[in-house]
Amino acid sequence: MTANSPSVFLLMINGQIEGANFPEYDDLYCKYCFVYGHDWAPTSGLEEGISQITSKGRDSPHRLVWNFPLEITFKSTNPLGWPQIVVSVYGPDTFGNDVVRGYGATHIPITPGQYVPLIFSSTPLSTPPLIKDLLSRHTRTIPMFVPESTSRLQKFTSWLLGRRPEFTDPKVVAQGEGREVTRVSSQGFVTLSFNIVTKDMKRLGYDTTATETTHTHTHPVAAGFGPGNQTLSM
Amino acid sequence: MASSSDLREKLRKKRRALQHSLQVKDDVDADTQALVPTDRSQSKETAQRDMEELTAGEEEPGDTLRRNLKAQRLRRRRKLEEASVDDKSMVEPFHETVGEVTAVQQISQSDEKPVEPCVVSSPAQSQRGDLPPRPQAKPVPGSSHSESSTMRQRMKDKLKAARSKAESLLQQEASQDGPASRLQSLKDRHTLTRFDRETDADLRGGGDDHPSSLNVKVKFREAVRRVRVDSKSEMGLPTAEEAYNFFTFDFDPEPDEETRKGQKRRTRPEGENEEGEDGGDDDEEKEEEDKEEVTEVDREHQGEDEERDDNAPLMRDEEEELFLIDQSADDFLVFKRAEYMGYQRRLQSENELLFTPSFLTVPASSKVPENMKPRYLEEEGLYVGERPPMSLTNQNILENRILKQEQGRKWFGDDGRIMALPDPIKESSTRPPLFHIEDDLDPALQTVYRKALVSKHASQYISVGGETNGDYQLDVDVSGLIFSHHPLFSQEHVLGSRLVQLYDQHLSRQHRNLTEHLTTKLNGLRNTIGNMLEVHGGQRLTPVMQQRISEYKQEVRNTRRLRDLEQEKDRTLLKGIVKIWKEIKALRDFQRFTNTPYKLYLRREEVERASDVREYEAEIQAEVDELLDEMEEDYQRKVTEYRRQQEEWKVWRRKQRAKNKKKKKTQSQLDDNEDDEDNDDDDRTDGEAEPGPPKPKPPEEPDMEGVEKQVSEKASRIRRKPGEPILVPELTASGPITPNEQCPRGEFARREDVAKRSIFIKVLYNDKEVSRTDNRSLNSDFRVHFGQIFNLKIVNWPESIKLQVFEVLGLSTTLLADVFVPVPESSILTGSAPSEELVFSSNLRVMFDHEAVGSDVPFSFEVDGSNRQTLLTSGKLSCSVSWAVGEDDVPLAPPTTQPKPMYSGLKQLDAIASIGASGLNDMKKLGEWATESRLDPNDPNNADIMQLLKVASSGEVTAPDYFRLEQLQEEFNFVSEEDLEQSRRFRLLRLRNQEVAEFRNYKFVPAMEREVTDKVFEEYERRLKEGEIVDTKGHLDAHRALVAKHLHKIRESIINRFLIAKHHFIMSDLVQEEQVPTIGILGLNLFKLAEPKRPLKPQRKERKKVTAQNLSDGDIRLLLNIIRAYDIPVRKPSVNKPAVTSKSTRSFTETLTAGQSQRATQGSDWLLNQVQVRPFVEVSFQRSVLQTTTADGPNPCWNEDLQLPFSAPNGDYSTANLQSMKDEIFINIFDEVQYELGGDGEDRGKEVHTRLEKHWLGSVKIPFSTIYFQSRIDGTFKVDTPPVLLGYSKERSLASDGGYDAVRSLTEGAFITLFITIEPQLVPGETIREKFESQESEGLLLASEVFERDAAVHFPDRPCLTTVININGKTVFITRYLRPLNPPQELLDAFPNSPQEATDLIARYVSLIPSLPDSVSFAGVCDLWSTCDQFLTLLAGDEEEHAVLLCNYFLSMGKKAWLIIGTAIPEGPTTYVLTYEQNRYLIWNPSSGQYYGQYDTFCPLQTVGCLVSADNVWLNTQAYTSPLRIRFDVTKAKLWKPFFSRAFPNPGLSSVQPEELVYRHTDQAAAAELQDRIEKILKEKIMEWRPRNPTRWNRYCTSTLRHFLPKLELSRGRDVADEHRLELQSLLGDYRISGFPLHLPFSEVRPIVEAVYSTGVHNVEASNVEFALAVHVHAYPNNVLSVWVYLASLIRMR
Repeated sequence: MTANSPSVFLLMINGQIEGANFPEYDDLYCKYCFVYGHDWAPTSGLEEGISQITSKGRDSPHRLVWNFPLEITFKSTNPLGWPQIVVSVYGPDTFGNDVVRGYGATHIPITPGQYVPLIFSSTPLSTPPLIKDLLSRHTRTIPMFVPESTSRLQKFTSWLLGRRPEFTDPKVVAQGEGREVTRVSSQGFVTLSFNIVTKDMKRLGYDTTATETTHTHTHPVAAGFGPGNQTLSM
Repeated sequence: MASSSDLREKLRKKRRALQHSLQVKDDVDADTQALVPTDRSQSKETAQRDMEELTAGEEEPGDTLRRNLKAQRLRRRRKLEEASVDDKSMVEPFHETVGEVTAVQQISQSDEKPVEPCVVSSPAQSQRGDLPPRPQAKPVPGSSHSESSTMRQRMKDKLKAARSKAESLLQQEASQDGPASRLQSLKDRHTLTRFDRETDADLRGGGDDHPSSLNVKVKFREAVRRVRVDSKSEMGLPTAEEAYNFFTFDFDPEPDEETRKGQKRRTRPEGENEEGEDGGDDDEEKEEEDKEEVTEVDREHQGEDEERDDNAPLMRDEEEELFLIDQSADDFLVFKRAEYMGYQRRLQSENELLFTPSFLTVPASSKVPENMKPRYLEEEGLYVGERPPMSLTNQNILENRILKQEQGRKWFGDDGRIMALPDPIKESSTRPPLFHIEDDLDPALQTVYRKALVSKHASQYISVGGETNGDYQLDVDVSGLIFSHHPLFSQEHVLGSRLVQLYDQHLSRQHRNLTEHLTTKLNGLRNTIGNMLEVHGGQRLTPVMQQRISEYKQEVRNTRRLRDLEQEKDRTLLKGIVKIWKEIKALRDFQRFTNTPYKLYLRREEVERASDVREYEAEIQAEVDELLDEMEEDYQRKVTEYRRQQEEWKVWRRKQRAKNKKKKKTQSQLDDNEDDEDNDDDDRTDGEAEPGPPKPKPPEEPDMEGVEKQVSEKASRIRRKPGEPILVPELTASGPITPNEQCPRGEFARREDVAKRSIFIKVLYNDKEVSRTDNRSLNSDFRVHFGQIFNLKIVNWPESIKLQVFEVLGLSTTLLADVFVPVPESSILTGSAPSEELVFSSNLRVMFDHEAVGSDVPFSFEVDGSNRQTLLTSGKLSCSVSWAVGEDDVPLAPPTTQPKPMYSGLKQLDAIASIGASGLNDMKKLGEWATESRLDPNDPNNADIMQLLKVASSGEVTAPDYFRLEQLQEEFNFVSEEDLEQSRRFRLLRLRNQEVAEFRNYKFVPAMEREVTDKVFEEYERRLKEGEIVDTKGHLDAHRALVAKHLHKIRESIINRFLIAKHHFIMSDLVQEEQVPTIGILGLNLFKLAEPKRPLKPQRKERKKVTAQNLSDGDIRLLLNIIRAYDIPVRKPSVNKPAVTSKSTRSFTETLTAGQSQRATQGSDWLLNQVQVRPFVEVSFQRSVLQTTTADGPNPCWNEDLQLPFSAPNGDYSTANLQSMKDEIFINIFDEVQYELGGDGEDRGKEVHTRLEKHWLGSVKIPFSTIYFQSRIDGTFKVDTPPVLLGYSKERSLASDGGYDAVRSLTEGAFITLFITIEPQLVPGETIREKFESQESEGLLLASEVFERDAAVHFPDRPCLTTVININGKTVFITRYLRPLNPPQELLDAFPNSPQEATDLIARYVSLIPSLPDSVSFAGVCDLWSTCDQFLTLLAGDEEEHAVLLCNYFLSMGKKAWLIIGTAIPEGPTTYVLTYEQNRYLIWNPSSGQYYGQYDTFCPLQTVGCLVSADNVWLNTQAYTSPLRIRFDVTKAKLWKPFFSRAFPNPGLSSVQPEELVYRHTDQAAAAELQDRIEKILKEKIMEWRPRNPTRWNRYCTSTLRHFLPKLELSRGRDVADEHRLELQSLLGDYRISGFPLHLPFSEVRPIVEAVYSTGVHNVEASNVEFALAVHVHAYPNNVLSVWVYLASLIRMR
């Protein structure tokens, strides 16, 4: 890259789809893809992926763990259309048909920083958001939802035939347009964690780090991607 | 003996045999039954045996058997015993005694008397099993002691004989009871054992008839008997020898062993020797134990049996030992009696050890130190926390227990209760959230910076920060409350409380002493005035002085008025007090009891009469003087005023007079006398005429005397009389209250009721209950004292502090009132906070049936019930709320500097609000207010406002004179508007956001301004410019340019509309959902199961459709299956063979026979040449070109799949974008021609150089949009071949001249069979069903909607149109478009004699109007139908416009014509024209001008949906849709469903078409100019396309071709080829010519160029090629131009 005048900035995303909390379902797998604006292009990494099937463990009867890594780098000229990750979860229904269990999307965190793993690993996902946010700000718990059938009859037949209504494209959950015609019901939660590295954003005039936090040395996350071991030592 | 042993032997054998059989049956039973009666079990067993014999019928068979056996045994024994009579005689009496003794012993035991020493054992013990079984256990000898055993046996036998005798007696007794007794006995044994020995004894004493007693007795007796017998035997009662043997053999070694063994089972085994001692020593103990253990006997019974099970086999052995000698060591057991402790003793000893705390309340005296009384801290007013709840019993037990301990007292507090912490459980959660995050916390728990958010919850908390860290405490002191009215008030109470109120008022007034204050002030003022007057006495006062004096006087007047008021109030108050007191007294007298302790004393303060009078007088005098002064002044003023007015009036009057006089002179004299009457009359008349000032009245003289009188009157009213003593009321509450007994019943009931009630107060902080006081009972004086202080440690901002007064009656609590306590300012601290009295009241309606007056109930003091009044419960709550003071005297109040939550933030903006004048935002008004209210500038309270006023007056603060709705808008503008406009980058972003076509999917808008080049906008700007400037050069025709512009604008607006509509989604756009399977589908699916897997004739299945959202480049391919072609023109056998005949005279009718004639002439050539044609197909789409292999012959069959990649423009695969694609698929048929090139001289014959040339034969154009909408195209298309193909002839092969071709021969031209589709299949966008406004009637619209819907339901594949949208976007009924319209006259005139020619010409004319499918231009929005005049003006339109125009022309020509709404290939849904002439139906394709017979197989029309005429629409309801198979007779209602029927007649819709079409004559010169222009452009283009080769133009050929073209136009392209060829060949004999004329309707130049390019003529690479190009433009009326381009390539042959 030209050191003086970069024409693009880079956004590197490392993270993982940690797991999910679907109280009623088991043996789920998930797919992810990124939705981004016109000015964005992935430069490396996988733009979409599909995870293994995971089952609930005995000691954590509510948690499905994928630990599915995400690694992608985007280049962009414009923060407009900041990438979003769309996660869709699938699993077998009572009759063994593969049906969708949830769609969800979230923006990639804008601020660079790293994910501080949860200390209370046994903490269920349903801990109040306050505490979780305190713990790490690059963890996202996405509520998931699926489109509802248009009628009861439809619901029944779809249940019977194992052909639940699905979005024509999972990417629609990342956009607001046209969503008013759908009805959805919520399903569960998927937890993602991100480590974000940006390059040249500041050079191009986009300051995404919170200035206040950079002053407080006690805050490990605000230090950005630089002193990673500092946070580890704490 | 021997005999007996023999017998025994026999018996034993028999018995064994039996036992064997029995053992199998039941071992356990066998065990118990076989028990040799050792100890108690033995005795029991015996007893049992006896019983069982009786009850054998009930027992198990095994038992019965055994019992029978035993009975047998017994009987035998008895016989034996009988035999030995002496034995028997010896035993029997003894036996009798034993029975006796047992009974006696039982009784004695129950009486708890010591057992006689002679009685060796107690039956209880025997029962327990440690009684002397020894004699029997011991006799079980070792195997060696056979002798002794026999001895013993004998003894035993004797014993048994005796026993059995006794038993038989018992049996007799028992037999009376019958089997039931056994059950009963079982049952009763419990009762027996439970209730000691007494009952037992009684029963026993009462006789043996009781079954239970019998049972027990039997047992006991058995045991005792045994013991007796044993002891007898032990004592040597038998023979000496026996005794000797017995003792020598048995006794010596074994007891110890047995003792040991017995110890195993019994804790207290005793040797027999000790027994006697024990019997004496432990008598009591034994008995005690007995009692206890007997109770357990039954319970343990079973257990014991089991316990002895290990012995059981032994015992059986033992029993068997009767017959056997087998012994084991285990048999030598000693059973000792249990150590027994008497109950009393036990109790005693237990009492020594154990302590049972009592339930009873411990007397308080024992809990507090001596000589001290318990203190009750609560009563001392100290706060005592509520103790955790504990039951009184437990508490007492605990207290008793504690008191037993050493220093137990220290557990008791001063109040004599166990010290206890207050109940730690709070009723409401007060735990604050995690706020104290220290630095040393885990980093993960560190705080995270958050942008400050005004959250509802966050603001509630006093924010952290500062060292106090939210350690705030509010002290709420609830001292008590007083009811000013309570429903339980008696009338006296009502009066009393009123009295108290008045008295309180009095006291407070006295405390303020306003009267005194005002009086002093008044005196002071008076003195000042006096002084001033005195100082300046007599002198003339300066105006300043005067001013001052008058001000003072004013002040005096005010003060006096105030003072008078106050005095009056004082006076009335006093009077009121006295009056009420009198009423109370009267009431007390009346009701003859006293309820309230109030007593009013009136203390007289004697005054010195003289001075008092003087003062009084002086006061009056002063007042009178002042009043007089004032009145005088007033009078003076009035007088001056009067004078002035009078002056005015006089002047005016004089004037009037003068006027009047003039009038009067002119008038009659009659008025004269009136004249002098009075001025007034005059005045009035004048006044009527013209109003003047009224006559002033002289002011009244002030009434001096009156004043004095008034003053003294007033004084006497409001002041005490001079000399009258000052009355000071003193209210005490010390009066006696009549005791309850002396009260009448109503009152008594009331008092009872009062006593039942209690009051408590809840403290609510921020609407949360934080605490509550104790219940305090309501006293007779209705004052409740709480005196409780609640310390509230707070974390929330105090919003409200509320005290709720509750009344408790029994279990029910009633909320009386809410009292809101203001949140104290932070300066109010606990020590200094004044107690406030807060008034509360409740509007509860309470009524009683006793004396109490109730609440909200009218009552009266009067006897007659008049003067009723209603009182509401009310009272005063005295409390104080303050901030606590911490240990180090730090007030625990939140800092005031801290900004309060939200609402206070707003408050701070309003500076004026802080001084309590909020809302005075207007500075001017504020200033006015400040001067008016005479704010003291020195008052620190007013400092703020003074400051503000100063600023305001200086004029610095100016309010903006505009109103801003969004005052933060500018904050969001990160660049100024100008920058936004100028910046190329922002422009780019904005254009992209607006979805401007050029930028719709623009990728990577550069990050920096400088990187955005102007190039980006070039295209866009050019387009914008194009819109404005009419490009005459490009279009060559101003009119066309205008039309284009117009079209463009329409298109623009429609596209915009569409873009908006595109953002409306429907459910299916977003969500894929399976359709609910209907029964039909299910059935079909079931049917499908039975289908063959691979059917012989497979049908195409619908593929899954893909929505075009998640597609990208390369995902989509275009599949073409080119199957075959028919009637490809064949090469002319070449050269040098001039045609024999000239065909110039051939007419239209001869056309069909042309082929035959040609074949006739040239058949031989063909046979020689073999190769007719080698065609291949080349498909080009989006610049990618693919071609098939080359086939042979005019009817080639390729059957080849071609896959063409597809990419959407800009990579946007949205439906809208795909719909608006204009790309076309060109399918060109070429002939591959091989030419041998002559090699160089010597190589000739050795090497053959061939050159491949491809000659264009024809083409098919299919727009992509058609494929997209149709999803597939399958059929045979007519190849668009040029009318003349040089070098080729439309030869038909000889072979094809069969019957089959008869049908085909009707048509001409080549055909190609194709199948085209898109892979994967794309879902065509739904056309936007926008509701268009309409001028049609509502009913018609509704009917058409219903009609179309019906059609869609029943015939989904038949297009049905009833309403269309006109060019203005309004819905119009379709029939309105049809109306006979005149075709251009010159066309009609062209063939005056041949109507068919004319028809053809007209069809040609229509087809010459350029076709512009609006599904492309309008991106699938909808079809727009323009009227014919619009169509002719625009000169562009869709099939429907062509069809409408053609139909209208036909109608005007008198033909029967309809519009066919249907589908055709390749257009898709389209409109054709149907005519009926000469008894046959003709189908016209309006875009090509072609017509087809109804039965023409090559008719492109595939489906007929409905027919439209000028007055109706018919829907095709026939089974088939193909025109070949349907009947067009619309009168058949079965076949065609009309829209307008009898039920819904045509309302007579007028046409939207004009009356008449006006045609303009085309400017021939312009056409000629266009012709030149096109020619020039094309020539340039061809040269451009051949960049590497020189392009030579053959002028001669060109001019020849140019001559041909008009002829072609005249013949409409029909069969002039031969002539051309002949002519050309004659001219250019040594050239090989390939070429053809192209015919196009003219719209723009570009399509012409495209068409020329697609033929590929320019691709000829031969070096010696020459070209010829000629253009001809034929002008039809109204600028309809037909363009002919003749292209030829010539290669010189040598």
